[in-house]
Amino acid sequence: MLAIKTENLTKKYKDKTVVNNLNLEVNEGEMYALLGVNGAGKSTTIKMLSCLIQPTSGDAEILSNSITKNSTAVKQIISVSPQETSVAPNLTVKENLLFIAGIFGFSKAQAKEKTQQIIKDFDMQEIENSRAKTLSGGWQRRLSIAMALISEPKVIFLDEPTLGLDVLARRDLWKQINKLKGKITIILTTHYLEEAEALSDRIGIMANGVLKAQGTADELKASAKTDNFEEAFVRIAGDEI
Amino acid sequence: MRTLVFASRNTKEITRDIFTLIFGILFPLVLLVLLSAINSSIPEGAGMKLFEITNLVPGIAVFGLSFISLFTATLVSKDRCTSFILRLFTSPLKSSQYIAGYTLPLIPMSLLQIIVCYIASFAFGLEWSANILLAIIVNLPTTILFIAIGLLCGTVFNDKAVGGVCGALLTNLSAWLSGTWFDLELVGGAFEKIADMLPFVHAVNAGRYALYGEYSKITPELLWVIGYAFIITVIAIVLFSYKMKQDK
Repeated sequence: MLAIKTENLTKKYKDKTVVNNLNLEVNEGEMYALLGVNGAGKSTTIKMLSCLIQPTSGDAEILSNSITKNSTAVKQIISVSPQETSVAPNLTVKENLLFIAGIFGFSKAQAKEKTQQIIKDFDMQEIENSRAKTLSGGWQRRLSIAMALISEPKVIFLDEPTLGLDVLARRDLWKQINKLKGKITIILTTHYLEEAEALSDRIGIMANGVLKAQGTADELKASAKTDNFEEAFVRIAGDEI
Repeated sequence: MRTLVFASRNTKEITRDIFTLIFGILFPLVLLVLLSAINSSIPEGAGMKLFEITNLVPGIAVFGLSFISLFTATLVSKDRCTSFILRLFTSPLKSSQYIAGYTLPLIPMSLLQIIVCYIASFAFGLEWSANILLAIIVNLPTTILFIAIGLLCGTVFNDKAVGGVCGALLTNLSAWLSGTWFDLELVGGAFEKIADMLPFVHAVNAGRYALYGEYSKITPELLWVIGYAFIITVIAIVLFSYKMKQDK
């Protein structure tokens, strides 16, 4: 079954077309990376799919729910981990998780149970009572992703999840993201090409609002006639840079 | 339920900031102590009644509420200026739940601030009467007014500008134009007219008349405050809803 299906999804700001007739299909349980240089349209696509902004034309379905006609249902089944770390700074790790579970409508008992489980899954026991603002960048990012997952979304959007993290923290977060593979549908945007290659089932490359190519990392390398993924990316997106 | 969860988060965010305690509770009390000390040094025959406790405490109570605006504005603008708001916007929370969630925690906080102010005034000669309860109740529309100002400023300005607008401008406006520190009639002219057109002096007067037991004079003063509170609340809600869509 398709988790995401877009049909000529378009976003224009005055005369500028940021996303142009995007037709994208992502399977349920798939990890799909969306790559592109700055201004390629990745973040705008994510914002439309997560009902933050309305498309100018076209539509998309998240597990058969239209983003334009049934955004309430879409919001119940998706979650977003924004580009910047997005946590409540004066709340503890545990309180941040309980808060998100609460606003997604879980009862107190359910919220407590889910919080304990996700703290365990993300190995956050030793920092569960620490305030978010006192955590390192890596822990904050881990908490941010845990907050996106506590509502048990069917589809999660990870926007630049490892941006600004050191190599060890990034690899650590990769492990956590890898654990999710196959369980939920993940849309990942990143500037780190090796991250997309290492984590994703399929990769889409956007340039100037258009989906230039998509496939597995190997398929993209083959189509660009190179065995180096970075070179493949440059060749595919290069004309538009 | 979702509103209460959001309100609970906002309560924690505000009360865990040390500046809330310093500016919300301690600073008005320090002013009360200082001005009462000044009052005790004024000779009885001087006819200076402005700093007498029944005149002073309603003014300090209103002045203290300007910090509630600062807390509200800081919280809203910080949420707006970080990607935390994106997380909230992709949740099932509705805009009415945001407004209620930001407003609800500040009502008891404001009341607590006012009550602490009045309790502290007993140490400076305020005598117990049921009028004190009335004076506290009369401050409720003023509470809504200052929360709405905070919501408005938090919606319009970023977190740095909020410090200047609410932390400096509003606190000074509500101090100088409220008739707490000096008698506006003594200044007179345009200054008095401007002060009279703004809600601060009317909020202080309503509290004073409640404390004096001059009940018939309360309503005309309170109508100014209620009018301003209503208008600013509506503007804040409309702008908040509009701006939040823009910020996405």
